[in-house]
Amino acid sequence: MSTPLLSVEGVHKRFTRKPGLVVQGIDRLTGRTSGYTVHALSDISLAVARGEVLGLVGESGCGKSTLGRIISGIYTPSDGEVSLDGKPVARDRGNNVDKLTTKVQMIHQDPFASLNPRMKVGETIAEGPRVHGFLKSGDARARVRALLEQVGLEGAYADRLPHQFSGGQRQRVAIARALAMEPELLVLDEAVASLDVSIQAQVLNLFMALRRELNLTAVFISHDLSVVRHVCDRVAIMYLGRIVELASAEALYAAPQHPYTKALFASIPTLGTGRAAFQPIKGEIPSPLNPPGGCAFHPRCPMAGPRCKVELPVLKPTLDNGSMVACHLNDGGTGAPEKAEAA
Amino acid sequence: MTDASSANATVEAKPARFRNFCSDFARSPVAVLSLILIFVLLFVSFAAPLVSPQDPYDLAKLDWMDAFLRPGTIGSGGYTHILGTDNAGRDMLSAIFYGLRTSFVIGLSAGVLALAVGICLGLAAAYFGGRVEVLIMRVVDLQLSMPAILLALVLVAVLGQGVGQIILALVIAQYAYFARTTHGAATVERGKDYIEAARSTPLPTGRVLFRHLLPNVLPPLIVVATVQVASAIALEATLSFLGVGLPITEPSLGSLIANGFKYIHTDRYWLSIYPGVFLMVTVVAINLVGDQVRTVLDPRHNR
Amino acid sequence: MTKALDVKGLTTRFETRKGMVTAVNGVSFSVERGRIMGLVGESGSGKSVTGFSILGLIDEPGRITDGAVLVDGEDLRSLKPDALRKLRGSKVAMVFQDPMMTLNPVLRVGDQMAMAVRVHEKVSKNAAWEKARQALETVGIPAPAERLKAYPHQLSGGMRQRVAIATALLHRPAVIIADEPTTALDVSIQGQILAEVRRLADETGTAIVWVTHDLAVISSLADDICVMYAGRIVERGTAEAIISAPRHPYTVGLIGSVPSLHEPGTPLPQIPGSTPQLSNLPAGCPFRPRCPRASDICSSEPPSLETAGHFVSCHHPMEAS
Repeated sequence: MSTPLLSVEGVHKRFTRKPGLVVQGIDRLTGRTSGYTVHALSDISLAVARGEVLGLVGESGCGKSTLGRIISGIYTPSDGEVSLDGKPVARDRGNNVDKLTTKVQMIHQDPFASLNPRMKVGETIAEGPRVHGFLKSGDARARVRALLEQVGLEGAYADRLPHQFSGGQRQRVAIARALAMEPELLVLDEAVASLDVSIQAQVLNLFMALRRELNLTAVFISHDLSVVRHVCDRVAIMYLGRIVELASAEALYAAPQHPYTKALFASIPTLGTGRAAFQPIKGEIPSPLNPPGGCAFHPRCPMAGPRCKVELPVLKPTLDNGSMVACHLNDGGTGAPEKAEAA
Repeated sequence: MTDASSANATVEAKPARFRNFCSDFARSPVAVLSLILIFVLLFVSFAAPLVSPQDPYDLAKLDWMDAFLRPGTIGSGGYTHILGTDNAGRDMLSAIFYGLRTSFVIGLSAGVLALAVGICLGLAAAYFGGRVEVLIMRVVDLQLSMPAILLALVLVAVLGQGVGQIILALVIAQYAYFARTTHGAATVERGKDYIEAARSTPLPTGRVLFRHLLPNVLPPLIVVATVQVASAIALEATLSFLGVGLPITEPSLGSLIANGFKYIHTDRYWLSIYPGVFLMVTVVAINLVGDQVRTVLDPRHNR
Repeated sequence: MTKALDVKGLTTRFETRKGMVTAVNGVSFSVERGRIMGLVGESGSGKSVTGFSILGLIDEPGRITDGAVLVDGEDLRSLKPDALRKLRGSKVAMVFQDPMMTLNPVLRVGDQMAMAVRVHEKVSKNAAWEKARQALETVGIPAPAERLKAYPHQLSGGMRQRVAIATALLHRPAVIIADEPTTALDVSIQGQILAEVRRLADETGTAIVWVTHDLAVISSLADDICVMYAGRIVERGTAEAIISAPRHPYTVGLIGSVPSLHEPGTPLPQIPGSTPQLSNLPAGCPFRPRCPRASDICSSEPPSLETAGHFVSCHHPMEAS
């Protein structure tokens, strides 16, 4: 197998909130520790092959957006490595992050916030390539026109300001901006979540067409299972900062393995099932500040056993089709939850 | 697959946005009046040599015999002193025009320079965060807790008298307001997606700061700027009134007021009152314009 | 039997810089006790404004200019503001998309709910508190007595929304208008709340108007559906009829856009163009610029056709099955 385009190895991300100086001083005197650490991501490893679209699915607190930003070079991991084509994506510099490559580009969720409201869209699109030297001023207009047409907008729109466009059109501009940098990897962070359903279809079609045309690789972050199924080759299901299941889209939707995945599928209404009763998952999503011990899903899992409360499951292969699951029930295939497994 | 909805895109190109701003501004007749007044005052002050009946600072032209003429009296030059003359025979109206010019020059220069300094510091604090932010904003906070006039007095005492020194003192006294407003607005903007998108292109820091962050932070700053210019004008007048600002040989509304102050309880009110009225009108007009600009730029304003 | 809610020809207009905009244009529908009506539409469809108009919560520069809103036979539009205010919360209640529009962040949940009880009923504070506790239990909140003592920020988003729903149910209203209440919540929490709401409608007999853009949610929750476009109802009928045999081209397009109905990787059927600008609607049918079946006749007002309870407003509706 050829080397993957994107390689994420053992990535952890912690956000620490230190209290102010005065409280820090008091802490030192009283021996307490104020402030807190959020474990946004724990032990994430995955690889994305060239031309593949990987879906990252999960709910609040699962860390998919944080992972997306780490892959895009906006954050650096606290531990672990992220490399594109073997080279690191970003590096820390004091309080800020230095991104080391232009080959990863991100498309944000909110089309109303992701474009500079005071810059013409043509300038926004041309800025990156100009600054990095792969677009000369003379060629800029033509290139911008071509890009706008490629994403389904008229070239004449280059002189307009973002507020003159609808949400779907702005997302197209955001895609054009990303494509202008000639990326190898696109990260789409809930890129269609804020759009109306009919516009969502347009933007998804655009994405699928561009992907074929330009042989793009992409990481598609979403909470919407039906959208992910439609555009992704492989899907990673995330829960509270970890990957709990990783499988091809086909395998995942045909036969999900992890209890959370199964419960998620069962709890979401889909069109066409009529008023069939759907089974909601009980309980609340735990706060990342206070994760449950052992398997993070155990308080809500209908099949949780004593081992699940204390031992963290590891992502391991299951079945024979390359799928991976992080669940104790997976050890040995049909382990009864009450029995403590002999090693 | 072309998105053929050009008809649907809101057609509000840049000239229309300015036009909208003007029509919104015009909703307050008071603000419009104030703006007109400011333009009139600016005109007469900068065209002072042309529109004044007399050059009050040309000592050769002054006549002792014209001293303390009541408003409306015709002086030895053959023209009516609409606002009277002072103790040296200077035509009050002319002196006020020249004084206004000084006020505007100092007020605008100090305002613009303080704006520039404040923006740089505020942006740097918001963008770089950490120790840089803490350091800058503590100094700014410290300074904001001191009355500007006190600070200005101390600085003038240290720097000495003169236009340049006063401007420097005012800039130092006032940059903090700009720094704080910029820091506040920039902190909100820097978390927004388009800044993140710019950084992750990646674009160099300077470009992100001045091409992306700054233009979107300007609206509240414009409001602060108008108020601060008014404040600078008032500060300079106060300093001159106290005798530590510009010397009497340089025209200033403050020194005119000071000069006429000893006569305020006598019959000769016009030496102090009229410069004071002009000063007040100028400051109030600028504040009213600033108020309306702030109302118009408020995102909750009905569009 | 009197319908719980009967909206007839409701019209709401807004005075904007670009002229008069009709956000809700002659909307008519009715909901019987215990049934859930889905108001489905995208941006600019007028679904949220319809919900607010039913409660009379439209402020300048908007005005409800026409129509009648009958709750249990009584026309809300004919009431004086004081009388209408008495009915809000007791006969008609609303649940908003953001639960913080219902909940005051500086008051404890119990205090707020007790206040809501005592506005409409003369009971003691303890009795009100007890009513609140029962309401929380009804919506499936565990340990309701503790939750009453909490402040809103101490509760999760899903929990807050349940408190908002419980507050709406306090006086057993005839109608509840729910404006996208689960859109901002995680999908698993949404699933929980949807199940609760279904159960509540069945148990309490409250009529519910559920405003949303999410077809999947409405197909599993609602008994009847109104599809809205540019301020009008373009199609109306039972949920089964609308989903399985839509007649209006917009409804067809909307349903077609949902990925779950198609083979993965295939291009999705899309409705061309963007959602309409209410200030710039074409003459006749508002969907005309985007409709694959449009013809010249569509520049005139589309007719209202109704067969067996299935209403559609179109010159070229799909065939009734």
